[in-house]
Amino acid sequence: MPVKIYIPCDTTALAMGADEVANIVEFQSREAGLSVDIIRNGSRGLFYLEPLVEVETARGRIAFGPVEAEDVPGLIQSLVAHGDFSEGKAFAGKHPLYLGLTEEIPYLAKQQRLTFARAGIIDPLSLEDYQAHGGFEGLNQALALTGSNGPQGIVDEVKTSGLRGRGGAAFPTGIKWQTVLDTPAEQKYIVCNADEGDSGTFADRLLMEADPFTLIEGMVIAGLAVGANQGYIYLRSEYPQADKILNQAIKTAYAQGYLGENIQDSGQHFDLEVRLGAGAYICGEETSLLESLEGKRGLVRAKPPLPAIEGLFGLPTIVNNVISLASIPVILAKGGEYYRDYGMGRSRGTLPVQLAGNIKQGGLVELAFGATLHNLVFEFGGGTFSGKPAKAIQVGGPLGAYLPEEQWHTPLDYEAFAANNAVLGHGGVVVFDTSVDMAKQARFAMEFCKIESCGKCTPCRIGAVRGVEVIDKIIGDDHREQNLELLTDLCDTMELGSLCAMGGMTPYPVRSVMEHFPDDLIKAVPGKAQQEQEL
Amino acid sequence: MTKLSEQQYQVVAKSVSDKKALPGALLPILHDIQDQLGYIPKAAIDIIAAGLNQTAAEIYGVISFYHHFRLDKPGNHLVEICRAEACQAMGSEALEQEIKSKLGIDYHQTTKDNNVSLEPVYCLGNCACGPSIKVGERVYGRMSGEKFSRLMDKLSTYVVELGQGENHAR
Ligand SMILES: Cc1cc2nc3c(=O)[nH]c(=O)nc-3n(C[C@H](O)[C@H](O)[C@H](O)COP(=O)(O)O)c2cc1C
Ligand code: SF4
Ligand code: FES
Repeated sequence: MPVKIYIPCDTTALAMGADEVANIVEFQSREAGLSVDIIRNGSRGLFYLEPLVEVETARGRIAFGPVEAEDVPGLIQSLVAHGDFSEGKAFAGKHPLYLGLTEEIPYLAKQQRLTFARAGIIDPLSLEDYQAHGGFEGLNQALALTGSNGPQGIVDEVKTSGLRGRGGAAFPTGIKWQTVLDTPAEQKYIVCNADEGDSGTFADRLLMEADPFTLIEGMVIAGLAVGANQGYIYLRSEYPQADKILNQAIKTAYAQGYLGENIQDSGQHFDLEVRLGAGAYICGEETSLLESLEGKRGLVRAKPPLPAIEGLFGLPTIVNNVISLASIPVILAKGGEYYRDYGMGRSRGTLPVQLAGNIKQGGLVELAFGATLHNLVFEFGGGTFSGKPAKAIQVGGPLGAYLPEEQWHTPLDYEAFAANNAVLGHGGVVVFDTSVDMAKQARFAMEFCKIESCGKCTPCRIGAVRGVEVIDKIIGDDHREQNLELLTDLCDTMELGSLCAMGGMTPYPVRSVMEHFPDDLIKAVPGKAQQEQEL
Repeated sequence: MTKLSEQQYQVVAKSVSDKKALPGALLPILHDIQDQLGYIPKAAIDIIAAGLNQTAAEIYGVISFYHHFRLDKPGNHLVEICRAEACQAMGSEALEQEIKSKLGIDYHQTTKDNNVSLEPVYCLGNCACGPSIKVGERVYGRMSGEKFSRLMDKLSTYVVELGQGENHAR
């Protein structure tokens, strides 16, 4: 029997050399006379260990990582010498990269994986693997509910779960679905927002690359729930690997009767297509996304009307984030109450947190709401990558606040973050060490808004340009007091006068710097005192 | 405006006729053309407009809205450097400077030998292993100036070996 060796194929594993490792594993094991079966699984999300190579043994999968190309020969020798796999015995070797049973690596063992339950375990393109690990149980439940109760039964289950949109705005998913269900129309749409533009986030990408059938299943269920038979996944063009995997998975799902007409002989119909974005951050905003899907410039639409009532091509449309939709199968399979029992306050279920930036152990950590930022960054993340003390943590992407140390004990909960003038957003956590200059970060927030503004409204389009100028003056100690005041006014104007959260929330990171890191903004300008003396 | 070559014309005409019936066909058409030609030649705009019953100004407006679409031919390799926060936290600003000076170009420019075009990008989804860059379809993590030089050496040899100047970037 060949030894099963798992080598991930997600973007980060590939970025760290997984393809080279796979090639050498194949070559070296042939040389060593070891018969192997290489499976390209999705990543487990323990990115600090990528490429993470797993070997199947009688006790379970054992892990080695991070494995670089030059580690492979030693690894194969070690397997040949110590892994008597034919007898089903455990690996007895002491290879320096040996991590023990994958499932027992604390980073993974301590997580509560509901949405990411299969990530990294299965071959993302194997429907059999998917089914063997609980895939389509949610869809079967949904089909049973539709039979007995009509689509309302599905929507009720989603309401019970307490799921709130994971794209950032945290709007209750069940209520959105109810609106679409209650709006009569010949044609309705399910649109998956896979634009994942926030820096520090990769949960959508990982889900799509490691377990794409979960997203497909979630979208089919959404279609059943509201009477929509056409779905689109709006995927950012920066994710070619996800594009490839999704398209293959969709093809397989069609071939096996999980998409198309008469799904699993239920008489239900659902078509699904991937559409690529084109490098515009604003197209993650749902109405801009719909414009883009319609083939136009991604200008934000005024709301109302809500997309749930007049969405894509003017018809009722569910727009949901990847993680929202990918959480639907487990909610249907295990029941809304099961999901709701995780979490705290009004934040129910789990949040896939993404540990990024200057962090020793970056990766995806799915936990029930309620864990603290400190716990995540220091216990899971192991502190900074550089070894210097951490100084600021930006949560929730480029429109999220920078949290100072005093706020690191805040529990992950939408309301607790809001109380700190911060946001959880899509769960991205970006750590900065003491070498960061927070004035630059404030400036970048404005610069990013300037680059990515859709241009529809003045407070955002012009405000961001002014914002960069004003911050430059503050940094350069040019009428500092007055310009600080101006910056506060500008933030007020953008927050109150912008049509969408791009202009409306850019002030969050800026204000957080003004409030918590003022010293960086008003530090002495090198050479300036001297210049003034010379004048 | 440079005229389309015969081969370019075929690509553009085929993309338009294959995809124009799709709802919201414009972005899929633009992607298809750029994937094959490396950019969207200006002379393609009229053909797309005619196919979709839109004005050339509308098509141009869409192309110019999206950072991904380009109207000028890129070099053999498209290098994108992540400028977003998680990579900043890992020193991307210094990396950016180093790469620019190694290549002797700024963003939105192409090296004189036509080997590399440089573009900024805002997040590649590799934020746990930054700083990140993308070359063609492939993302590279934990990038450094030194690693970049080695990578470039490999890529230039590759093109020379194949003895052609075709677009590898996309
Ligand atoms: C500037 C801006 C960018 C956004 N980017 C994304 C994104 O990349 N992905 C996403 O799911 N939601 C994004 N959103 C939120 C969407 O507008 C919308 O709330 C979400 O897709 C709804 O899905 P959900 O309820 O499942 O979260 C963005 C919002 C704004 C204002
Ligand atoms: S706030 Fe900015 S991005 Fe949003 S609609 Fe106005 S100009 Fe467009
Ligand atoms: S911020 Fe650079 S890859 Fe995400």
